[in-house]
Amino acid sequence: MADANTPKPSSSVKLVLLGEAAVGKSSLVLRFVNNDFQENKEPTIGAAFLTQKCNLPTRTIKFEIWDTAGQERFASLAPMYYRNAQAALVVYDLTKPTSLIKAKHWVAELQRQASPGIVIALVGNKLDLTSDSAGSAEVSGDGDDNAEDSGDARKISTEEAKTYAEEEGLLFFETSAKTGHNVTEVFTAIANAIPETSLKSARGPGASHAGASRTEEQRVNLNGPRDPNAKEGCAC
Amino acid sequence: MDRDTEAGTSSSIPTSTHDPSETTNTTTKAADPVPPLPPRPSRKLSDDGASGGALHVTAAPKPTTQVSTIDISTLSFPDGSRGTFSTSATSATRSVASPQSSASGYTSPRTDPTETMSVTSYPATLRPPGDLADLVTGEFNRRSRAWSMLRTQSSSVQPFEASRSSACDSLAGFEKEFDDIPELGEKGGITDEQRLSLWKSKMKHYMILSSAGKPIWSRHGDTSLINSYMGVVQTIISFYEGAKDPLLGFTAGNARFVISTQGPLYFVAISRLGESDAQLRSQLDALYMQILSTLTLPTLKNIFVHRPSTDLRKPLEGTESLLSSLADSFTKGSPSALLGALECLRLRKSHRATINNAFLKCRSDKLLYGLIVAGGKLVSVIRPRKHSLHPSDLQLIFNMLFESGGIRAGGGENWVPLCLPAFNNRGYLYMYVSFFDTVDISEETTTPLEPPQPATQPPKSPDEEIAIILISADKESFFDLKSMRDKLALQLAKNGSLSLIQSAARQGRPRIESILNPSSSSQIAEGQGQLSHFLYKSRANVQFCQSSLSPTFESPYSTVSGSEKGSTVSQTPETLVSRRRLMTLYHHLHSSIHAKHSHLKVLHLVSEDAASLAWITPVFEFYCVAGPNMSRGVMTQCANKVVQWAKREEERLFIIGGGVF
Repeated sequence: MADANTPKPSSSVKLVLLGEAAVGKSSLVLRFVNNDFQENKEPTIGAAFLTQKCNLPTRTIKFEIWDTAGQERFASLAPMYYRNAQAALVVYDLTKPTSLIKAKHWVAELQRQASPGIVIALVGNKLDLTSDSAGSAEVSGDGDDNAEDSGDARKISTEEAKTYAEEEGLLFFETSAKTGHNVTEVFTAIANAIPETSLKSARGPGASHAGASRTEEQRVNLNGPRDPNAKEGCAC
Repeated sequence: MDRDTEAGTSSSIPTSTHDPSETTNTTTKAADPVPPLPPRPSRKLSDDGASGGALHVTAAPKPTTQVSTIDISTLSFPDGSRGTFSTSATSATRSVASPQSSASGYTSPRTDPTETMSVTSYPATLRPPGDLADLVTGEFNRRSRAWSMLRTQSSSVQPFEASRSSACDSLAGFEKEFDDIPELGEKGGITDEQRLSLWKSKMKHYMILSSAGKPIWSRHGDTSLINSYMGVVQTIISFYEGAKDPLLGFTAGNARFVISTQGPLYFVAISRLGESDAQLRSQLDALYMQILSTLTLPTLKNIFVHRPSTDLRKPLEGTESLLSSLADSFTKGSPSALLGALECLRLRKSHRATINNAFLKCRSDKLLYGLIVAGGKLVSVIRPRKHSLHPSDLQLIFNMLFESGGIRAGGGENWVPLCLPAFNNRGYLYMYVSFFDTVDISEETTTPLEPPQPATQPPKSPDEEIAIILISADKESFFDLKSMRDKLALQLAKNGSLSLIQSAARQGRPRIESILNPSSSSQIAEGQGQLSHFLYKSRANVQFCQSSLSPTFESPYSTVSGSEKGSTVSQTPETLVSRRRLMTLYHHLHSSIHAKHSHLKVLHLVSEDAASLAWITPVFEFYCVAGPNMSRGVMTQCANKVVQWAKREEERLFIIGGGVF
């Protein structure tokens, strides 16, 4: 790759995944790190630590990913993982309303207790189970209404989650770890949202406004690459 | 590693010492007017089987040519141990009515009316003490002419060939044992009745419920299916609890129910696979240990002290797969669980020492225990001087890593809080796990491609996966242990140990041919046939070794396509069933020879299916299986050879001591 010849500035970013059990945290990571997917994956026990590099035009970000277990009994260990984290992925399941409630709890806890500059992305996973997974993203803005008749398992509308994400200044994505849809985009967006200042010192403050401004950009991103990505998802 | 030894074996008497007092003792034992009954081929013990000591056989007499005569001779061995041979012409494992052959399906426990046995006792002095083979000169081994005519005495008959072709196979349908019961409303429109009959067709059930009757976990069936049964079970158990006479087990039809109560939890095992009560109970104990490992004892107690009607499913969420894989390993038959021992990777003593030393050199201050494991077999252990590792704790760890896919499939490195109940059931330890195939040693320096490529490496058989397990009491020590692992991985790669481990793991378990005929490469000794499989447990080390399961009990791994990486390598149904047959026989041998008051040292068992031998001394336990036509003489010769081999290879087969710091 090109960066091998001309080394770009490289820095590590500690990233933590949080969210209710069985929303697909590990599957997102597996897709991002190994570009792989496993049906019926068994629950994570404790936490898994993985690394993956993300090449940006100007720099290389090495993600140190803590993929935590979602079960309630591991919740007390979470601070250990999000302490000093520069980024967090809070994941919910598009087909399960309680998982968004849990995600909101995590967001609140992160805003209260994690590093002030932490970049948080809210990710609705399992897009493949919804009817708009084929690329008809524009139509299904509020999919709650036609959920029953179209065999759509979606229970949380894009609108609802997006509004919440904007209020809280979070990045927002809907992904499918199964098809790979939007997965790399999430991590790239996070890498872009990490302010330069916080890369030098692990606890760079003042990143929250940067994260918020990114949200605007991501909204564009969200709708833009969706159609081509749907095809790409099928191919891999 | 000095693990707990079993009752009175710590003295580790060498096999060659001859104890004259033991011989006289034997004589009196043999002359005892009421010799303890040898365990009959029984698959079910009565409810009070454990305490009462009397064994009841539930089988209805079979109108066949099989005559249940038993010849017994008690004798002493040069090593001072005593042995009792009993040969039975009846089909041992077949003697219990199989589901299909049992007329009513509900035979109540009773004594076998055909239990007419001739007990012949010889004073030990009448027979020259000698090799086991000398004992076979008598008439015991002669078979009736009709029998000889009915079957060719060919030695090539493999064990369990008869039952494989037989119509009333007790293991019929075993290959479907692990299939899920489809949910209601799933495609195909299964009715409730069909689900129930599927559920009932399972040969093994495990249930865990609270004393308040709340279901906690069941191996088969979802809540809608099992809730009412849980209720029934709870009612029955609490009825006896109320009468201050706890129910331990009962038999219904051909299913044995065993109940274990642990504080606020009820554990129930229902088996049609012929395990003994003690064996089923130890399986239930292992399930309890898994729950403790998840929650710790104080937490478990707290939950129920405050609210006895708590639904424990929530706190245990995510553990179901661990419980299921543990249960399935019992249902498939695990020699490790049966013997309560661990299997080690066979390595040269010097190689193991090199690994231990590298391990010790890299040790982090935070480390409590360190393990290297290849394909579920222990390679190396380091531990503090004052602590040892208990096999039951290791069983839980191995189950988590190698049987259930939760950790292995995720990739990366793992940091797992867990309680090791036998070590300390009150608190958590933290376990660092890294598999060598997921994190390559050299990978750190190279730049990964972006976008990432799909994993292209061929799937490894689980037997070759090497894991490093580092356990600490400090929950913040992940990065300390990670750097220890990196150092160790570098060391092992540098001094060649890693490739040694890999090649040893690839080589697999020792093959019987190479043990019995080390000189001649392929020639099978005089066409006598071979042992098909053996288990050898070193009691002092609480470890065991076994011979390769191929070719008799293993068909080649079904090829797994590259896309299914991470899925456990599936076994063919035939392999599954033939393994279970083997394990059922081992369970039977084990329970017979360990039956209370039986004082058995050697048990030779011939059935229509297979010939088998169990032999226990204070030093080892040995079990082997061969085709039904193998004579006792040949079998004992083989047994002796294997035992001698194991003694010779002891330091390669077993980890003795391990690295201590």
